Amino acid sequence: MFGANLFANLDEMVAIILFGIGFTTLLFNRNIIKKIIGFNIMDTAVFFFLASMGYIEGRAAPIVVDGVTSAEAYINPIPSGLVLTGIVVSVSVTAMMLALSIRLYRRYHTLYLDEIYMFAQKEDK
Amino acid sequence: MDFIRNFPFFGIMLTMLAAIISLPMRGRAAKTISLTVFAIETLLAASVLIYTVHTGESFVYIMGHVGAPWGNELRAGVFEGLMAYFFSVVMLLSVSGGLKHLRLDIEESKRNFYFVMTDLLMGALLALIYTNDIFTAYVFIEISTIAACGILMIREIGRTTLAALRYMVFSLLGSGLFLIGIVLMYDLTGHLLMENMRLSVELLVLSGQFRIPLTVAISLMTLGMAIKSGLFPFHFWVPDTYGYSTPASGSILSGLVSKGYILILIKIYCRVIGWENLVQIGVTDILFVFGLAGMIVGSISAIHQNDIRRMVAFSSAAQIGYIYMGIGLGTQAGLAAACFHVLCHAVTKPLLFISASGLADASGGSKLFRDLQGSAYRNRWAGIAFTAGAFSMVGMPMFSGFISKLLFATAAVQVSVARMLPTLIVLAISTVLNAVYFLRTVIRIYTPAEQEIQGSMRIKWTQQRSYILVLLVFIALNLILGLFSQYIADAIQLGLSMFS
Repeated sequence: MFGANLFANLDEMVAIILFGIGFTTLLFNRNIIKKIIGFNIMDTAVFFFLASMGYIEGRAAPIVVDGVTSAEAYINPIPSGLVLTGIVVSVSVTAMMLALSIRLYRRYHTLYLDEIYMFAQKEDK
Repeated sequence: MDFIRNFPFFGIMLTMLAAIISLPMRGRAAKTISLTVFAIETLLAASVLIYTVHTGESFVYIMGHVGAPWGNELRAGVFEGLMAYFFSVVMLLSVSGGLKHLRLDIEESKRNFYFVMTDLLMGALLALIYTNDIFTAYVFIEISTIAACGILMIREIGRTTLAALRYMVFSLLGSGLFLIGIVLMYDLTGHLLMENMRLSVELLVLSGQFRIPLTVAISLMTLGMAIKSGLFPFHFWVPDTYGYSTPASGSILSGLVSKGYILILIKIYCRVIGWENLVQIGVTDILFVFGLAGMIVGSISAIHQNDIRRMVAFSSAAQIGYIYMGIGLGTQAGLAAACFHVLCHAVTKPLLFISASGLADASGGSKLFRDLQGSAYRNRWAGIAFTAGAFSMVGMPMFSGFISKLLFATAAVQVSVARMLPTLIVLAISTVLNAVYFLRTVIRIYTPAEQEIQGSMRIKWTQQRSYILVLLVFIALNLILGLFSQYIADAIQLGLSMFS
C-alpha cells in the first residue's frame, strides 16, 4: 500500500525534502549568500540521510570500551566516516564560494546576481 | 616489470606533492615543477598503458594493505592507461601553450597559485581515471571542481569572477546530485568498491528488488555528471566559463575537466551498474535524446556568436552532445565511439582555444570576428593551427574528428531504425552547422584586412617559438588520432572489454 513505508522511513523523507529545499535555493535564489546557505542545507541533508541510514536501533558507536568485540554490538563506522569526509569537502567549497562572493561584492557592491550580471554587461560596452 | 603496478599511485601522489611544494615558491619555480610533473605523468601513464596491453589484463592496486571489500583501491587497465596518457599530454601542452597569457592575466604574486591549482587538477583527473572506489571518486570530483574554479577566478576581472561563480553553482548542483546518488547506491549495495557493488547490483536486478530506488540512484548520478560536463540543457555556464578564462584555463576546462566527469560516469555504467542493466533501465534513451538536442542547439548558438572564444566554447557544448549521444546509442560500439570522441575533443579544443588566443594577440587583443579579419596573415602559425583544429571539428578526413564521426555513424547503423535515422540525420545536420561556423571563421581570418585595426601587429615565429611548438604537437596528435585511429580504437575496445 502506498504510504505504508512513509513512517518507517521518516528520516529519509525529511532528508530528501531538505535536499530539495537546498537544491532549489542553490539553483533559483538570486542572492549569492542565500545560494550558499542553500548549498549547505543540501549537503547537510545528504549527511543526515547517511547518518540515519547508518544507525541501527540499539547498537553502540563502534568504539570498544567494555571489552565487547562482537560486531553485532556496534554500528558500521563507514557511513559516519563518509559524513566526516563530506563535511570537510562541504566546508572547503563554502569557503571558496564565500571568497568569490566577497570579490564580487567589492567590485559591484551588491549580492544579487541579476544586478551583478547587468553591471557586468554594461562594463563590456 | 611488476613495479609498474605502483605507477598509478605514484602519479597521483606526485601531483599532490608538487602542489604542496609549489605553494611557497615563486611563479617561475612553480611553473618548472608543474611542467616537469606533467611530463613525468606522461611517462608513467605510457608505462601503465604499455604494461597493460602487454599483459592483456587490468590490475588492482590496494591502498595501505587492506584488501576488498573494506580497503581503498586503484585500478588500471588499457582504458585507464590510454586516458591518463592523453590527459597528461594535453595538460602539459595546454599549460605551456598558455604561458604567455598567464603572464599577462595573472598578478606576479599569485602566479604560483595557478600552478598549484593545475597540479591539483591533474591529480584529481588521474584519481578519477584510476579510482576503484566510488566515494573517492566523489571527493576527487569536488577537488577538481575547486581547482577548476581556482584556475578560472585567478584572472581577476569582473566577468571571469561572475563566470567562476556560475560555474561553481552549477558544479555544486551536479556534485550534490551525484553525492546523493552514490549514497543511495551505497545504501542499496552496502559497498563502495566498484566490483563489490557490481555483484550486489546483479543480485538486486535478478531478484527484482528495489528497482525504483536503483533507477533513481542511477538517474541522479547521471544527471549530476551531465550538469557538470555541460550537456544540453545544462550548458548555460559553458560559454562564459570557457570564453572569459585565460586560454590555458579554457583549454583545460573544456578539454579535460568536463571529460573527467564523463569518464567516471562511463566507469560507473560499465563497472558498477553493468551495461545491459543500464540499457534495460532506459537511462541511455534519455541521454540519447539530450545528446542529439545538444549537438544541434550548441552548434546553432555557436553560429550566432560574434566572438571567437565564445564560438569555440559553444562548439564544446555541441561536442559534449556527440559524446552523450554515443553513450545513448546503448551499444558497445557507440560507447567506444564516445570514448574516441573524448580523446578527439581533448586534443582539438585546446588547440582551437590556444590558436584563437594567438590570432587575438595579432589583432590588438580583440576576439571579435570583425577585428580578426586577416589575422592569419599577421600570425601565420596560429592561423594554420586554427585551420587544422577547425578541419578536425568539421570532420575532414585525416583529422581525428573525421574518425569519430565515422565511428558514430558505424555504430548508428548497427542499432534499430528508430535510433539509426535520427542519429544519422542529426550527425549530418550537425556537420553542416559545424562547417558553417568553423569554415566561416577560417575564411574570415584568411581574408585580407580592409583597414588597419588599432593595436594589430605582425607576430614573427622568432617571438613565439615554444608557442608554435605546442601548436605543432597538438596538430600532430590530431593527425595521429586521425591516421592511426585503428590502434586507438582497438585499445579502447580492449580497455572496455576489461571493464566487465
